[in-house]
Amino acid sequence: MNPTVALSYAIDLVAVLLLALGLKGLSKVRSARSANGLAALAMGLAVLGLLMQQQLSLEAWLWIAAGTAIGGLAGLLLAQRVPMTAMPETVALFNGCGGMASLLVAVAVALFQSTTGTLSDSAVLVERLSIVISVFVGAITFSGSIVAMGKLQGWISTPGWTQSQVRHGVNITLSVAALAGAVALPADPAGPALWVLVAASTVLGIGVTLPIGGADMPVVISLLNSYSGVAAAAAGFVVGSQLLIVAGAMVGAAGLILTQVMCTAMNRSLVSVLFGGALGASAAGHVGGGGDEAGYTRIISCSAEECAMALGTAERVVFVPGYGLAVAQAQHTLRELSKLLEANGAEVSYAIHPVAGRMPGHMNVLLAEADVPYEQLIEMDTINPEFPRTDVVIVLGANDVVNPDAKSDPTSPLFGMPVLEVDQARQVFVVKRSLGAGYAGIKNALFELPQTAMVFGDAKAVLAGLVSELRELGVGKKPAAV
Amino acid sequence: MSSLSQALWVLLLGSLLGFELIGKVPPTLHTPLMSGANAISGITVLASLSLIAQADGNPALLLLGAGSLAFALFNVIGGFVVTDRMLAMFGPKSSGPKSAGRNASSSNPSSAKS
Repeated sequence: MNPTVALSYAIDLVAVLLLALGLKGLSKVRSARSANGLAALAMGLAVLGLLMQQQLSLEAWLWIAAGTAIGGLAGLLLAQRVPMTAMPETVALFNGCGGMASLLVAVAVALFQSTTGTLSDSAVLVERLSIVISVFVGAITFSGSIVAMGKLQGWISTPGWTQSQVRHGVNITLSVAALAGAVALPADPAGPALWVLVAASTVLGIGVTLPIGGADMPVVISLLNSYSGVAAAAAGFVVGSQLLIVAGAMVGAAGLILTQVMCTAMNRSLVSVLFGGALGASAAGHVGGGGDEAGYTRIISCSAEECAMALGTAERVVFVPGYGLAVAQAQHTLRELSKLLEANGAEVSYAIHPVAGRMPGHMNVLLAEADVPYEQLIEMDTINPEFPRTDVVIVLGANDVVNPDAKSDPTSPLFGMPVLEVDQARQVFVVKRSLGAGYAGIKNALFELPQTAMVFGDAKAVLAGLVSELRELGVGKKPAAV
Repeated sequence: MSSLSQALWVLLLGSLLGFELIGKVPPTLHTPLMSGANAISGITVLASLSLIAQADGNPALLLLGAGSLAFALFNVIGGFVVTDRMLAMFGPKSSGPKSAGRNASSSNPSSAKS
């Protein structure tokens, strides 16, 4: 073994070690950020180790430079510019591109570089099977992620036929086509079977993602993330890189665990997410019907002024932020309001449902961006017993996560989902644009409770109104420290 | 591939490692963890690079290799930077102006990458 090769092996080993440490560190709040840097460093080392092993021609360097400039620059610019509210769809986009990369590698090897030999040679067979897996999983990851992104962005809606049995027929047909391609490919990797597999897998990715409701998208993205790890590991078999195999397998397994954790937090089983269709679409009685307001009968609406008066005398206030708050970019105004209330002597906290926002942990990121102290963000299990001694709860753009039907009405599609028990509080104000149905399209029993009042309007405008009303009432002026 | 059984062992142990590493994750970290793991899955850059290295002047291979390299790097660099941006918000807050803290955080990941 010559010294360069030995050194590059050593670098590979260090890279694997750092990747594992990085992944581990990412699951703890204190170490997460440095762990991310560690993983990035590991990636840089791995690339360095690979480049040391290869004798690269000038031409190869030019192509590498071109690919790096385009992909790296685009990634860097997007990552720095994208607003925090759009994080879930951004992750979906990145993930899809990772799948695409594995797909391209496998296609390239299938077309030009597959080892000659018969399938009875196990090395040849494994290579061909790896190509099949890499193409299949890579294509599904790509098209599925792009659909997920489109749905989160609101570019793609859920077509009606995808909620009927038709979709199972379509997806089974596509699966059979993909399987046919997969079976035929090993014998003739550069033949038509490859293209059948590519096309069928890509469309299948769309077919399985399209019927899934927006509320379940985070689980889908997490699962697709796991797939992209599998695709990377398969690509590792294709090009014969152990580092790729180990890193891909690690991400694949970790992604699977994370998907399971998310499903538990949302009280959904993975099977019902994948095959059950959009949440609520089948339970007709509970569907608000696309912004239909007729479903509600006992609604009390109130002005910002009344709400401000209730806040002015409250000793304990809990905010329940949801995605609507993020969309309105009202985190900073909310922070201003809570500072005012704290100066008035009130105890302020924020109740964070595990799936608040569009992705678990998304709301924590958004509030942290507005400098809300970490200690004030209280998780569901901790804050639920506190609601009975809470004077005022303000629900901002959250809906399904505060629906009391989830506890009391066995016929509700949400039944069994853990919710924030805001109905236990003395007074509840719900800030909402209109009475339209929530993200999952389900009627909310909270809105009709006697202690609930609706404050209609854009979250940011309402909060700004509350701040100025409170200032007029002279709230928060007495103590010097503001 | 030098040794098939060796590669299968690597696959098995890598999977076990992945299962073990992610134990109990606080919900706060679900999004950043997903995003960070996603960036790691862009390790396909290695496959893209070896494809280019072994293309032997074949223009179609070079093009496919460079294309997959661009996609993979988009995933890797974008993924790590975006994760860092998210995690920077959980860090200890300096009482100074917010914008200064954010600038410092966005310049950090680019220096971490070689």
